[in-house]
Amino acid sequence: MATQTAEDGGAIRIMSVLEMRDVTKKFGGLAAVSGLNLVVEPGELLGLIGPNGAGKTTVFNLITGVYKPSSGDVLFQGMRVNGLRPCRIASSGICRTFQNIRLFKQLNVLDNVRIAAHLHTKANLLDSILRNNRLMTNDRELTEFSLMILRSLKLEDVSDQRSSDLPYGLQRRLEIARAIATKPRLLLLDEPAAGMNPQEKVELMELVRSVRRDYQLTILLIEHDMRVVMGICERIYVLDYGELIAEGKPEAIRKDPRVLSAYLGE
Amino acid sequence: MRIFIQQLIFGIQLGSLYALIALGYTMVYGVLSLINFAHGDVYMVGAYIGFYACTYWLPFQRLSADPHATVMNIILAVVVLLLSMLLCGVLGVVIERFAYRPLRNGLGITDAHFWGFAIALPVAFHFHLFHRLSDGAGRFLFGIMWFLLIGMIVGYALRPVIRWISLRTVLSPSRLNALITAIGVSLLLENGGWLVFGPNPEFIGTMVPEKNFKILGGVIINSSQLAILVISLLLMLILRHIVLYTRTGKAMRAISHDIDAAKMMGINTDQVISVTFAIGGALAGAGGMMVGVLTHVQITPLFGLLPGIKAFVAAVIGGPGNIPGAVLGGIIMGVAEAFVGGSSFSTYRDAIAFTILIIILLVRPAGLLGRNVTEKV
Amino acid sequence: MRILMLRVIAILVTFIGLYMLSQFVTYQMDPYYFQVLIECGVYIILAVSLNLINGITGQFSIGHAGFFAVGAYVGAAWTMIWQPMVVERYSFLQMGTLHGDILNLLIALILGMTSAGMAGFVVGLPSLRLRGDYLAIATLGFAEVIYVLLLNINSVGGARGLNGIPTLISSGNLALFWVFLFVIISIVLSRNIMQSVRGLTWLSVREDEIAADAMGVDTTKVKVTAFVIGSALAGAAGVLYAHFLTGISPDIFSMNTSILITTMVVLGGSGSVTGSVIAAIVLIVLPEVLRFLKNDRMVIYSVLLIVMMLTRPQGIFGTKEIGFPKWRRKQPKTEGRSA
Repeated sequence: MATQTAEDGGAIRIMSVLEMRDVTKKFGGLAAVSGLNLVVEPGELLGLIGPNGAGKTTVFNLITGVYKPSSGDVLFQGMRVNGLRPCRIASSGICRTFQNIRLFKQLNVLDNVRIAAHLHTKANLLDSILRNNRLMTNDRELTEFSLMILRSLKLEDVSDQRSSDLPYGLQRRLEIARAIATKPRLLLLDEPAAGMNPQEKVELMELVRSVRRDYQLTILLIEHDMRVVMGICERIYVLDYGELIAEGKPEAIRKDPRVLSAYLGE
Repeated sequence: MRIFIQQLIFGIQLGSLYALIALGYTMVYGVLSLINFAHGDVYMVGAYIGFYACTYWLPFQRLSADPHATVMNIILAVVVLLLSMLLCGVLGVVIERFAYRPLRNGLGITDAHFWGFAIALPVAFHFHLFHRLSDGAGRFLFGIMWFLLIGMIVGYALRPVIRWISLRTVLSPSRLNALITAIGVSLLLENGGWLVFGPNPEFIGTMVPEKNFKILGGVIINSSQLAILVISLLLMLILRHIVLYTRTGKAMRAISHDIDAAKMMGINTDQVISVTFAIGGALAGAGGMMVGVLTHVQITPLFGLLPGIKAFVAAVIGGPGNIPGAVLGGIIMGVAEAFVGGSSFSTYRDAIAFTILIIILLVRPAGLLGRNVTEKV
Repeated sequence: MRILMLRVIAILVTFIGLYMLSQFVTYQMDPYYFQVLIECGVYIILAVSLNLINGITGQFSIGHAGFFAVGAYVGAAWTMIWQPMVVERYSFLQMGTLHGDILNLLIALILGMTSAGMAGFVVGLPSLRLRGDYLAIATLGFAEVIYVLLLNINSVGGARGLNGIPTLISSGNLALFWVFLFVIISIVLSRNIMQSVRGLTWLSVREDEIAADAMGVDTTKVKVTAFVIGSALAGAAGVLYAHFLTGISPDIFSMNTSILITTMVVLGGSGSVTGSVIAAIVLIVLPEVLRFLKNDRMVIYSVLLIVMMLTRPQGIFGTKEIGFPKWRRKQPKTEGRSA
């Protein structure tokens, strides 16, 4: 696939979904991410790996607007999004999951998904207060939509359970379901397989694949487990100490000496 | 200029009292993230202990030309100060033990509550009657026995009821719960104070001789003001030593960073928290006693409320959990209040505290010296 | 169509029922009980409206008496100060007749709610920067500043307060009608918000702000809206209370009132509308029931509060509701109920 960017100005412009241009984020004097260039093409399933503390989650926080870059730009579908509030970025089509699960704990599974689905609501607050027809049909649609997502992620049996009562694996799956309900173009998964056993990891890989197929998503995935990443990602970026040290196909990454030394030590 | 310095001195004196109370707030907040609303009422109890000690318990002599009496009274005043600190420290520990700890540890109502109830009830009723029919000592003892019995019977009669309620409990105490509990304790102390001390304002006469010193430019500084300043400073230095250089202090700082990690490192957190409450209570007791004995303010059961809130505001201004911050906040508060009080806007004196508070919170949400902690995503 | 019909009927029945009840109760009831009843109503409005901010949206506001005061004073200012100024030019504003009274009360309500809502907007803004306890103290500080201001503004009577406010009972006995109309409005409003998908986003702000933000919930807007609606309702409660009591002084709106309202919300179960209603009734009636204990009653009251917090920290109702149909898997039809 040709990695053409919007800047090329050629006859055929394939606009990348996400582009990070020379992004740096400093905390005090420490650069958590420095000079990062990253391009995500439409429909890709991209991996972002690196040892502990390499700055992977910081990259996600920069994309989703939790942090503002100290310098550089983040472009989503050719539009600058750095500096926007997280909710604006989410409504423009980027949604994420969290490494340390952040569900709406006291609410049930369906409500968790419905909250994410609210982005497509056509009823305003006045409609909610008056409880008119528009609200009723709209809410019914959103509920149906949420149920459909739960069904496709095999969560519909637990849809009226409190989300904090779910087992760990299902909580992770619910996080993905919730993110999908915002109908994103780009889905960011932050260590979706963390804390899972090998069997669950295989299931998860299957799930990520099917989700991507069913919802035509572009996925950027942070993962610790090399096997998961190598198994499903088409292209991989490797971060170490906030800097990009390698980029390419899984086979190439596996052999890259810099990656090996970063993971195994000098 | 003279008036300016005069007001400044008054402000610093007021501020150091606020700082003493604010220290208790800030320490508890640092350790437990709890706004201990009852702290202002501990200060009130401190003042009442000063009042009872000065008028009933200790043999203060009439101030006369006799230098012997003067020296004696000063020594006794120091005893009152220590007594007040001791009792208020105990009160702080009791509050923590009976209200906050069960909530924090999810214990609900424990047996300790029944014993506490059994003891508190007769004492309360004794004082209650004391104000209506002041009887002899014999009936006092008899009354104690009698009410002790009633207290135990009532306590144990209520036990199954509360057990039954507790069984149906899902324990998930939130910050709001802790706050409401603290408000409950505050209400209990205020209304209990109403019952025990009586609703009439009390007044401590001049127990310690006062003398005015003239310093540069005709500014007058009163010996009581001087005493308040010196004692406050001394107490703050002692506190600083405890927090920075003792094992307990180190444990306190550890707990304020991360209570769970501190627990795992083998720190007996409950015990350290008790000590924190004891220290906070003692400081508030000292403040209350000094206000009562040295500044001749009328004492009522509700008089801890406003200074308590202002001291808390002082703690927030300095950054909750930050000890130098509390002192700084207290001084700012006192000085601002003294200047507003001395100007033509004196009736707005009580609003100035909150105006400063709101401004500082908006400019620096974590307080002047506090560190802004952002949540990790 | 059917829903609309049902709804119109429900509203008519509510109005007529309340009016009849109001007529009946005012003559039959002992004035003391009547006062307690109205106070219950006023505090239900306050508790339910604070629950919108505190329980549902999770913003730690404990200065609700400030909004209550703004509503009461602005409403009273209309009927006592501004109305006499404009009545000469607009004679239809004349009080004394039934429709004149209703018109004036409506104007007072609109003014009171608007100004309380604006105050809520101003107080809501810090909530964007302040979290938890800090916000609590800022809101408490706001209420205290209002209190001190009221003590010092002579045109509204200073510490004596405003006296001789036209009463709601004089023509048409509308006290109960208006108060409970607003009780119903605030409950239905809370319920409708909580039941809708948009209302769920308010709950999500309470549950986890960062996650809510990442799901595209505009947390800023949600928080400020909750503050504005909650405080406007508190303002309405203030207007009604002022016109019921006919005399208000700053002491009614002191910190104790703020704390009382907060206690109602927590005691009832933070986030539960039913709980707020029940707790408001309990906390107003209980001190009256305990009145025979004289001064001791407040001690017992505070002990009960502590015991309650220790044994049932989630409040009487937790987050449960009575009479709110929840979505269930098997029967999605329940949503067709009329308001």
